[in-house]
Amino acid sequence: MRCYICFNEIIPTITWVNVFKPPEQQRCCADCLAQFEPVTPTCPKCGRGDSDGICFDCERWGMGQEDPLKKNVASFSYNAFAKDWVAKWKYRGDYELLFSLQGKLDVPVGYAMVPIPLSEERLKERGFNQSEAIIHMLGKQPVSLLGRQGTTKQSKKQRQERVDSENPFQLLDPINQPVLLVDDIYTTGTTLRHAASLLKEGGCPEVYSYTLFR
Amino acid sequence: MKHAGKLLLPHDITPEDLSHYTPVPSIIKRRFGYQCKRCGNSQSHLFGHMPHDACQKTCRYCRNCIQMGRVMECEPLYQGSTSFKWPSFEQPLQWKGELTPWQQTGADAIKDVVISGGEVLIWAVCGAGKTEMLFPGIEAALQHGKRICLATPRADVVRELLPRLRSAFPDVPIQGLYGGSPDREADASFIIATTHQLLRFSKAFDVMIIDEIDAFPFHHDDSLKFAAQRAKKDNASSIYLTATPRKWEKWRVRTKKLPAVFIPKRFHGHPLPEPKLQLIPSLPRNLKRKQLPASVLSKILDQQNSERQLMVFLPSVAMTEWVLELLREEGLAGQCVFAEDSDRVDKVQAFRDKKFRLMLTTTILERGVTFPSVDVFVIDAGHVVFDEAALVQIAGRAGRSPDDPDGDVRFFHGGKTNAMLDAVEAISRMNKLGKR
Repeated sequence: MRCYICFNEIIPTITWVNVFKPPEQQRCCADCLAQFEPVTPTCPKCGRGDSDGICFDCERWGMGQEDPLKKNVASFSYNAFAKDWVAKWKYRGDYELLFSLQGKLDVPVGYAMVPIPLSEERLKERGFNQSEAIIHMLGKQPVSLLGRQGTTKQSKKQRQERVDSENPFQLLDPINQPVLLVDDIYTTGTTLRHAASLLKEGGCPEVYSYTLFR
Repeated sequence: MKHAGKLLLPHDITPEDLSHYTPVPSIIKRRFGYQCKRCGNSQSHLFGHMPHDACQKTCRYCRNCIQMGRVMECEPLYQGSTSFKWPSFEQPLQWKGELTPWQQTGADAIKDVVISGGEVLIWAVCGAGKTEMLFPGIEAALQHGKRICLATPRADVVRELLPRLRSAFPDVPIQGLYGGSPDREADASFIIATTHQLLRFSKAFDVMIIDEIDAFPFHHDDSLKFAAQRAKKDNASSIYLTATPRKWEKWRVRTKKLPAVFIPKRFHGHPLPEPKLQLIPSLPRNLKRKQLPASVLSKILDQQNSERQLMVFLPSVAMTEWVLELLREEGLAGQCVFAEDSDRVDKVQAFRDKKFRLMLTTTILERGVTFPSVDVFVIDAGHVVFDEAALVQIAGRAGRSPDDPDGDVRFFHGGKTNAMLDAVEAISRMNKLGKR
């Protein structure tokens, strides 16, 4: 057994259980796992960990309009270690690195899991869609309801540009049950809110979202 | 020219350029498992599988060299032309210095190998003037229209060598390649690169010079050795430089499989300062309690009253920090330098300019850096990070300038290790050979 992140060997401690049964498959060593910081949400809306009640970013969203996104849940904070991890997984395209987090995530259950689509161009370059990959890793089937035209990366834009940007998605199939949007990082929440507003217009009662990092 | 000797991934190449390349298999099946043809990795845990959108099935990819872009089994690697004719230069060397007789023997051996092919190990003590020794060989190669690569494990060394070589060979285009370097094209006939950059080349160089073959990460990483081997042409000349060869090279030299030249004397002709071992039985206990033994502290304080600057080597980054705190309480102004330090380059320069007199560091500065007049202390020299090569290199930081060819090298330890004894023996043997 090797850690998927640092490639060091993982030696399981011997207990009565694995004397009789083969040990459970581990994909992340304790040292690497300790470097991910779980977030304890203080903003009930977006799940960030450094605010007092509803955070300023959520409050100023849309200024008075109804927020299409009901709630976001995130597992870990987007610290330096997580940044390196995402860079290797998403930008370098190390698909299997994602599985280092398998079984370590606390994801809301009972919703249709909808991935955020990727543009043709980006999909060709990367070879996989990162939110579909997360859903597959969780052992669920993605429900693809959205399409996408735009091509610019969100991570290349400033906050204001992101909030003002036009909705890059289109709705392919309407749905009438609660939905959980899945993505890798929540930064300003623009991507998720764009997707959520379309789903709402199509008749979806409630839209939640889950991201690995916040 | 732009494509010669490259080995690239499909999306590194624009469609117009594609005709200059021949596709070669990227990951091949072997009797047991697979091998990545870019980095040579054949360990099964370093291969990943992913559902690939382009081919709609699960494809294998290499996780070992993914930092340089993803190699996929279903996509070929592209090999650039291997028969490009590189220009020759008539009088490339403008360096006016003179080699010492010892350096001359090394330089002659290098020149022979450059002209007639084969390989040679230059086993020269720290401070022998290895770079100057290379000049006649590089000159000969450029005169014959050969393409040269000078590979070194560390980006710092590339940055240091580049201006020196550019001023010695002013008319020759020289490019320096390392992660984040300004030169990206890699189309010059003389390239100075970190060993990682060699992953992008195949059958490219007529002359391959590898500096510090025993250094991390080259010594640890088999894929870098694979890349260095692949980056040279079939009949290329190889020159290895080191002050502290590892077991494998020593064995090859002893069994006459690898021709070697010993240069046991520094360029200024003075012997290497020999390390003094100082036993402090309470050292492990003191370090555990984050204290510095009184004898070490008083030695440091004494040293700071002398002319020379002081480098203190410690086994870990965490330790440099608390030791620095302790020394600051004693009223000493110092700095610590370690690998992740963002202003490492500036701090090293400030130390060289004598802005401060005490530097605490880890093994990151064990080689490749020159300060004119320093004393060197190693605290906890018995720690595993200080192996024989590291200790010899650390001792080699002292006495590098002809104006002050001596220095106090002191290993503080809580019990002798083989590494320490071997290092002391290696240094005294070199000095004995140099006396003859």
